[in-house]
Amino acid sequence: MVEHGDIRVVHRGGSKIDFRQPVITNDSRFLLCASGECVKVFSTSTEECIHDLQGHTDLVTGVLLRPSNHLQVYSCSIDGTVRLWDFTDGILIKTYVIGCPVYSIYASANHEGVIFIVVPMLGDKRSELFQLVAVHLPQSGDQLVESRELSAVLSNVSSNPADIAFGRGGEYIASAKGLQLKVFFFKKQKSYEFSLKEDNKKGGLNTFTCVACHPKDDCIATGHGDGKIRLWRNFNHKKEYTYSTLHWHHNAVSSLCFTPEGTNLLSGGVESVLVQWRYNQESQRDFLPRLGAAITHIAVSPDGALFCTSHSDNKITIIQSCVKVSAVIQGLVKGESVQTDLIVDPRSKALVLNGKPGHLQFYSLQRDKLLYNLDIVQQEYIHELGLEQFEVVKAAFDASGTWLATVEERKQKSAELEVNLKLWAFDEQTQSFVLNTTISAPHEARITAMCFRQATDSQTTMLVSTSKDGHFKAWQLATPAHTEDEGPSWSCDFVGTYHGLVPECCCFSADSSLLAVSFQEVVTVWSPTSWELLTTLSQPPGAIRDLCFGRLSCSKYLLGTTAKNLLCCWNLLTCSLEWSTSMDISLLLADPLSENMAAFCCQAGCTDLFVFKPSEPRPLFSHKAVCSGTVTRAVFAPREKMLDSCEENSQWLNRSQLHFLTQYMDLMTFTTKAEDDRLMASSKQLVIDDSVAMTPFYLLLGKHRHQQQENQDPMSSLSAERTPLPQSSVAIKELLQTPAHVLPSTSFLCSMFVQSLLISVTDLSGCRENNKKAEEEMESEKEEEDSEQEMESSIVRSEQAAVSVQSAECAAPALTKAQVRELRRLKKLDHSWLAGLLDS
Amino acid sequence: MASFKPTNIPVYPKLGEKVTQDTLYWKNYKAPVQIKEFGAITNIDFSPVTPHNFAVTAFTRIHIYGPFSQEPVKTFTRFKDTAYCGRFRSDGQLLVAGCEDSVVRLFDVGGKVALRMFRGHTKAVHVTDFTSDRYQILTGSDDYTCRLWDIPNATELNVYQEHTDYIRCGITSKLNRDLFITGSYDHTLKVFDARVDKSVMSMDHGQPIESLLLYPSEGLLVSAGGRYVKVWDLLKGGQPLVSLRNHHKTVTCLALSSNGQRLLSASLDRHVKVYSTTNYKVVHNFDYAASILSLALAPDDESIVVGMTNSILSIKHRKSPEESREISGQQRRRPSYRVFVKGKNYVPKQDDYLVSKPVKQYLAKYDKQLKKFNVSKALDCALEKWIRLRNPEVPVAVIKELDRRGTLKNALAGRDEQQLSRLLSFLIGNLVDMRFAPVLVVAAEMILDIYRSILGQSPVIDRQLLRMQDLLEREIDYQKELVEVLGMLDTMFASSLPKMEVPCSSVSRSNGLSQGEASDWNCVQTG
Repeated sequence: MVEHGDIRVVHRGGSKIDFRQPVITNDSRFLLCASGECVKVFSTSTEECIHDLQGHTDLVTGVLLRPSNHLQVYSCSIDGTVRLWDFTDGILIKTYVIGCPVYSIYASANHEGVIFIVVPMLGDKRSELFQLVAVHLPQSGDQLVESRELSAVLSNVSSNPADIAFGRGGEYIASAKGLQLKVFFFKKQKSYEFSLKEDNKKGGLNTFTCVACHPKDDCIATGHGDGKIRLWRNFNHKKEYTYSTLHWHHNAVSSLCFTPEGTNLLSGGVESVLVQWRYNQESQRDFLPRLGAAITHIAVSPDGALFCTSHSDNKITIIQSCVKVSAVIQGLVKGESVQTDLIVDPRSKALVLNGKPGHLQFYSLQRDKLLYNLDIVQQEYIHELGLEQFEVVKAAFDASGTWLATVEERKQKSAELEVNLKLWAFDEQTQSFVLNTTISAPHEARITAMCFRQATDSQTTMLVSTSKDGHFKAWQLATPAHTEDEGPSWSCDFVGTYHGLVPECCCFSADSSLLAVSFQEVVTVWSPTSWELLTTLSQPPGAIRDLCFGRLSCSKYLLGTTAKNLLCCWNLLTCSLEWSTSMDISLLLADPLSENMAAFCCQAGCTDLFVFKPSEPRPLFSHKAVCSGTVTRAVFAPREKMLDSCEENSQWLNRSQLHFLTQYMDLMTFTTKAEDDRLMASSKQLVIDDSVAMTPFYLLLGKHRHQQQENQDPMSSLSAERTPLPQSSVAIKELLQTPAHVLPSTSFLCSMFVQSLLISVTDLSGCRENNKKAEEEMESEKEEEDSEQEMESSIVRSEQAAVSVQSAECAAPALTKAQVRELRRLKKLDHSWLAGLLDS
Repeated sequence: MASFKPTNIPVYPKLGEKVTQDTLYWKNYKAPVQIKEFGAITNIDFSPVTPHNFAVTAFTRIHIYGPFSQEPVKTFTRFKDTAYCGRFRSDGQLLVAGCEDSVVRLFDVGGKVALRMFRGHTKAVHVTDFTSDRYQILTGSDDYTCRLWDIPNATELNVYQEHTDYIRCGITSKLNRDLFITGSYDHTLKVFDARVDKSVMSMDHGQPIESLLLYPSEGLLVSAGGRYVKVWDLLKGGQPLVSLRNHHKTVTCLALSSNGQRLLSASLDRHVKVYSTTNYKVVHNFDYAASILSLALAPDDESIVVGMTNSILSIKHRKSPEESREISGQQRRRPSYRVFVKGKNYVPKQDDYLVSKPVKQYLAKYDKQLKKFNVSKALDCALEKWIRLRNPEVPVAVIKELDRRGTLKNALAGRDEQQLSRLLSFLIGNLVDMRFAPVLVVAAEMILDIYRSILGQSPVIDRQLLRMQDLLEREIDYQKELVEVLGMLDTMFASSLPKMEVPCSSVSRSNGLSQGEASDWNCVQTG
């Protein structure tokens, strides 16, 4: 039970993953990218997020593989720290405190122990000038390291990470800003500057947008705002430099990248085409078109097998050798505005809103993951700036989720508005929506509102749309009159007007026996079966902004908000005003599962939330200053499992959860304390003190290890103690009770099983090593060898492991000298008898 | 990497009649055989016994045709004047016919000379029929009487003098030997019982009656007169059931399809209409070259025989099942598909690994060009002759797509005289089409903008532009008239509708795909 029903506003939907260039690890298995305040580790094959590297307290601005250890990664952030992580296990290894916001990070294998970061000039946090500084990372065992000794390398650089790149073998670093390219040579400690003349012919767009350096050759590639790529050579002289120009892009080149061997140059821009140029044969180009949205970053895996491109629609595409898209990591697409309301798909319980241009995105709230994008417009998207595109402006689901209605429109400068109303039927076989009917020009003007009749029993589905042309139309699914193979389609059933006024919103009552349509100041109530105008309600002054019927026990009430800051509640039984109150309500919505209504009210730049029942005078819950700016989109999403909170002011969250979009396109929701506690508990359970993931393997092996550690003391003293019997019996039990498909390979289990049966005392420590080695082996997923060879090789490798541990600067479990010595001794022991035992 | 999305070609609702089961059935006839007779064909009667010969009464002769011959198998010429109403007896052995000279003649189908002559009428006899017991003859005449005759004695059995005008149609019951019905130009149809001297039932059709028909069950009676076809329920004492008004001239003849599901009516307006007998809706319509006087259907609808005023007899035979199947079979066999599906029926075994091939996307020619951003070529491909003429929606969709991409101007510019004239001829053909006007008006404006400077250089283009101007002027006049009519209708509706409490106006149904009149009007004005 909840002690204090404390309700918080929390973010949902994750942050942008296309903010900075992603990084592919050396083995091409993981992809790391900065996302808000954490670094996300994705699997390149399954597209799943494996874990978040959490620790930064502000926006992460850069991710970089550590050149000296490919299993570690640096990340920098606005919060003024650079952190070193072990990304396979998600452990924070070290934190270097820089002291001022870091905008990007660079490193080279030739500069050991030094990282290069971009910070504001002279510690002035507000200045627009940035400098590139080198930071010597101090060697120390502490987790938190102060490293404030910064030595400036280049001043007046761009804060955009794409504008700085390390040259061949880290000998020089190239930086571009505006119309100037600077190259700094570390050996000579000298920098050269090259300027382009401002191109005055076509708007002067030849500024530098990105820089890339050839890894094996002295060549710098720069991208420009007019779509040109320049290849600079011979730049170690002030005067005799040359450059050649490549031109394919018609808009700015946003990213450039050389492949690791330098054979190809990749470029991308707003055209959303990945272009691959052959180095030294630049006339030969390969294209990978239609990647979905403008390319913002390109990254190549260290072995050159995988490319990945970030796109402006919050997407990362992983491409196999410039041919095939192998995986797409898609985050919640946040455009400039959500023109469709927030809607909940009744079938999948997913949140539906505008996604990519011309698409609707289905976002699972439970899993916090984008499910899929539904192509509504079904037209080739032309990636060109300033082109009028079709946009999805309205969408509605019927009660069962079998029908989806969408409205798309395209406003041209000269010609009239193009509007299409599309109706989609859910196809059980393909589990997606299939276009059923397209109605071009359903109204003569913009459609202002649209809603389905929420009838649960009747087989006739009805859609009502209201438009600025003064009509509202009812659309009905009509079975075809003739015995042809075409299925039922939608057609207009009724056209209604009221004194030539413009209808603004429409709403069906809970039992869908009434339709309310507001015509400016007047609410008209119609019977959808006979299309009779039953009554009109009005509370002047001010046009009606929102209409809402009450649900369940309050279904006799009709609520409306007016433009003159009035919230009215009419009783439909008496057709009179029940109550009204003066509030500036920007959004009013009803919870479909309870009587509650939510009203967002805008006051002094902040938005307050009130939750109330139409039948009760006192609000159930109110929250001042939910967010800044007005809230125009919100939705009640039904919960999967009902909460059992009995606290009065959190009861309204029991059945459904309220999600809303702020002015800045952040998806927010309300959580109760109880939920937080539960989440915390589950995440705590997941945090394991060890580096092994929480798998059945771990549960199996972890216990062993635990017991071994308990037994460590007697073993290290080499006492001739017997292995306690319970341990072996536990191993047998585990072996027999764990399902076969989650067990490790038999060759591995065999040795463990045998060990559990052994009565040997002398080689107990040897067996322990054996186990330890096996764990490491499992982590690296190397192939198991035959059990006979394993015994010998294991010893050798265990020694290697020990050495690598020694050499690593700051590995987590450091072995003591005594232990290492013991390991060496064990190596010399003869284990051949054990092999013989295994043979039998 | 998403695949290229081809241009969306909108599907417009098909105009014209819908293809139904009925149209398929009634269209399944061969081209008609036409035979010239000596005069207007007033009656056609099928023999009830196989091989279902039919007797055609035209002028002073009665020809009997076999089911498939174009020459008469038998001719009766012993009439002094125009013959009327040659009918077979139910055994197909005897034939009776009236004549303008008021004598009724009875023939043996095998012989030539009349077996009996019934004299008694004083004026032309237009109606003759056998009763169901096969021994009596019913006749109706222009002397307002109808009579029953005994065949063996050639004597008159009874005279009924109830009608007050010409009797031009009559029918005997097939189930009861004593019942018969006559229709007259005095607008009444009367049911007589030979066992009593008076009519037992009388119904008012309201128009001079031209034809009568009894349903096989004889519960329903159909009468045709004037423009009306009326159905009467005899079991309810002659209550009118339906009145059909689908012809715009006098209906002259009625027939029933063999299974009784469809009723056919022929009229002087040159149409034969087929009604469903369940809901009395017209389900099909035949057109003929001249006014139709007589119509008959062979048993099992094997042939439709129609006689017209221009003395042409038209015989349509039903297609044999092989013939109709052949046509559909041809369509199915068209591509040599079998070559390419080798191994398609192979059922994979348990250990087989299925290598799935990527589905190749086939694009239309114009889409291929659009994919490459070749806008002019895409427009050229879409304007190829067979596409332009057969599917005008394709070029319109491509023009719309180009407009959406903002490259329509580029695609239209830089054309030579021939290409421009092709574009203009397409515009002239489709500009005023309501479905295409919004798109084509934009293109037409652009063409005028681009090629304004070269006007007067080519006579071909100038002529076409003048034609276009002419077309637009006519369309504007037409739309103006339509708006006027709309206004007139509105006033009429407003005055005819009772004043309602709730002012809910303009309750109309539209299919949504068609645009409103007003928007079309705007487009034309801008054009």
